[in-house]
Amino acid sequence: MKTRVLSRLISPQTMALAAVLLVNWILFPGFFDIEWKDGRLFGSLIDVLNRGAPVAILAIGMTAVIATKGVDLSVGAVMAIAGATAATMVEAGWPAHTAVAVALLAGLACGLWNGVLVALLDIQPIIATLVIMVAGRGIAQLITEGSIVTFSDPTLIFIGTGSFLGLPMPVVIAATLAVLATLLVRRTALGLLVEAVGVNRSAARYAGISANVLLLAVYVFCGFCAAIAGMIVAGDIRGADANNAGLWLELDAILAVVIGGTSLLGGRFSILMSVLGAVIIQAMNTGILVSGFPPEFNLVVKSGVIILILVLQSPLSATLFLRAPKAKTGASK
Amino acid sequence: MKVLKQLALAASTVALFAGVAQADGLQGKVVGFSQIGSESGWRAAETSVTKLQAEERGIDLKFADAQQKQENQIKAIRGFIAQGVDAILVAPVVATGWDAVLQEAKDANIPVILLDRGVDASEDLYLTSVASDQVKEGRVAGEWLVNTVGDKDCKIVELQGTVGSTPAINRKQGFEEAIAGKANLTIARSQTGDFTRSKGKEVMEGFIKAENGGKDICAVYAHNDDMAVGAIQAIKDAGLKPGTDILVVSIDAVPDIFAAMVAGEANATVELTPNMAGPAFDALDAYLNGGTVPEKFIITESKLYTPADNPQGEYDTRKGLGY
Repeated sequence: MKTRVLSRLISPQTMALAAVLLVNWILFPGFFDIEWKDGRLFGSLIDVLNRGAPVAILAIGMTAVIATKGVDLSVGAVMAIAGATAATMVEAGWPAHTAVAVALLAGLACGLWNGVLVALLDIQPIIATLVIMVAGRGIAQLITEGSIVTFSDPTLIFIGTGSFLGLPMPVVIAATLAVLATLLVRRTALGLLVEAVGVNRSAARYAGISANVLLLAVYVFCGFCAAIAGMIVAGDIRGADANNAGLWLELDAILAVVIGGTSLLGGRFSILMSVLGAVIIQAMNTGILVSGFPPEFNLVVKSGVIILILVLQSPLSATLFLRAPKAKTGASK
Repeated sequence: MKVLKQLALAASTVALFAGVAQADGLQGKVVGFSQIGSESGWRAAETSVTKLQAEERGIDLKFADAQQKQENQIKAIRGFIAQGVDAILVAPVVATGWDAVLQEAKDANIPVILLDRGVDASEDLYLTSVASDQVKEGRVAGEWLVNTVGDKDCKIVELQGTVGSTPAINRKQGFEEAIAGKANLTIARSQTGDFTRSKGKEVMEGFIKAENGGKDICAVYAHNDDMAVGAIQAIKDAGLKPGTDILVVSIDAVPDIFAAMVAGEANATVELTPNMAGPAFDALDAYLNGGTVPEKFIITESKLYTPADNPQGEYDTRKGLGY
């Protein structure tokens, strides 16, 4: 037990995060400064958490999907749909809680659509979810009629920019969701069932698991997470930008899951590690912003760091550096 | 229904864009318009202004939306040629691959006018092109800042457009030209905000942290209004007053920047006019009725708007154009 805790603390993910934060601190000495301003915490580190929250929320849903050997490419578009729905409804005079509920329902519906295609019609996830990835943004544009729908509803703005106990609301939402989801999959057999389906769907079915229901559920959950992220992003800029909200974030979410050590081939997964992956990605983005590098370097720096992290995680490096191949099984759990 | 209402509203206020209304120069002429699509609010506004301009002059406008595909545009142009239209307007989605279809139009004796973007084709294949000068847009923004700041020291942060995109390169260049030689104005930080609100806000948050909580920043120059709107929110979140503590200057003149001006949170914007069709129709009128061959490149005005230019009125006018 003691060694497991230790190996978790020095996992490639925590080392990568520490390294990225260290580099940020060297490039910008004020990186760890946090002050109390207008009843909330204020500082670069808070920015990392706040800006990383939408991808972290996407990554929570994405982890469950990837653990079943699937992938959900539609989350970015679902974010746009949810944001557009909520913004258009409050602008049309609906109360905020109704708008939020309908936006969440829209996310659930998109997830259900993906789930039906994957679980019942047996379409490969990458193709099944591509449908909403492409069409979803169009749907969002239809909802907003192509323009950015700005709103001034305090509840919706609170979701994106409010604070609770000094922490930005997106961070609070992401942390709550991560803890609840982890408890749900680890304190019940649900996590084990998801992993079983991911490792071998037919074997799991023969073992008595309702694989189809489970698959439906993870895609619905993923759509739900995307809808929350979409409302955060819309609330943040006080407007629903159907063209750009969540654009390419599905890739960041998948990357966060992969950095978190969950295999794209399904099976064992860790929601908290995926959230950590999202924080690593954002720490990199924020670091680039405060460092003063010219923007032409952004993608080069990012890809370099990611390659490094993935190499660190590979079985090869585990053999090379730890000289104990068995250590990797402990590290990724 | 909402679209119709917007069009009606826009029609009632079109005088602002129409310039001098023509007599019956192009009355009854048929003009084909191949539009790229409706990928941005500005594009949608360009489409509605073009339709209004055509209506104003009694032109029968055939509209074709290419949905971002060149093959659709080529198909549309061939369709216009087959219908025997009097002229063709094209907003080309890419620069290359137009020679053949432009030659067909030329052979059919139909003048082609390019809107908003240029093409890599021989200049004799089209009548003229109407576009804004993006370098000039940057220069107008820079000159405004130079005049406003005066002799004070001013640390500027810049929110660039998408890395490598033509408007980002040109608007950066123009702004730098305007502030060149002014030792008191320096661009302290420059990063890309991808032309979006959320990235503009995120990048500005980073800048504020990096520049002593924003106290060292005197002005923010954003390559488009959307990023400026995001930056304004970041400035407010940091407890500073946008427009007062940090000057905000940007480009495009979309409705929401005028709303910010009304609230005293934005200082200046340079217009990228959606009215490319007006000058195009004027040139066409002169060509068809007077035989005057226009210049190859017609540059639209890059007008500066500040809170002194009735921002509320501008907001109301533009809101109806589909931005």
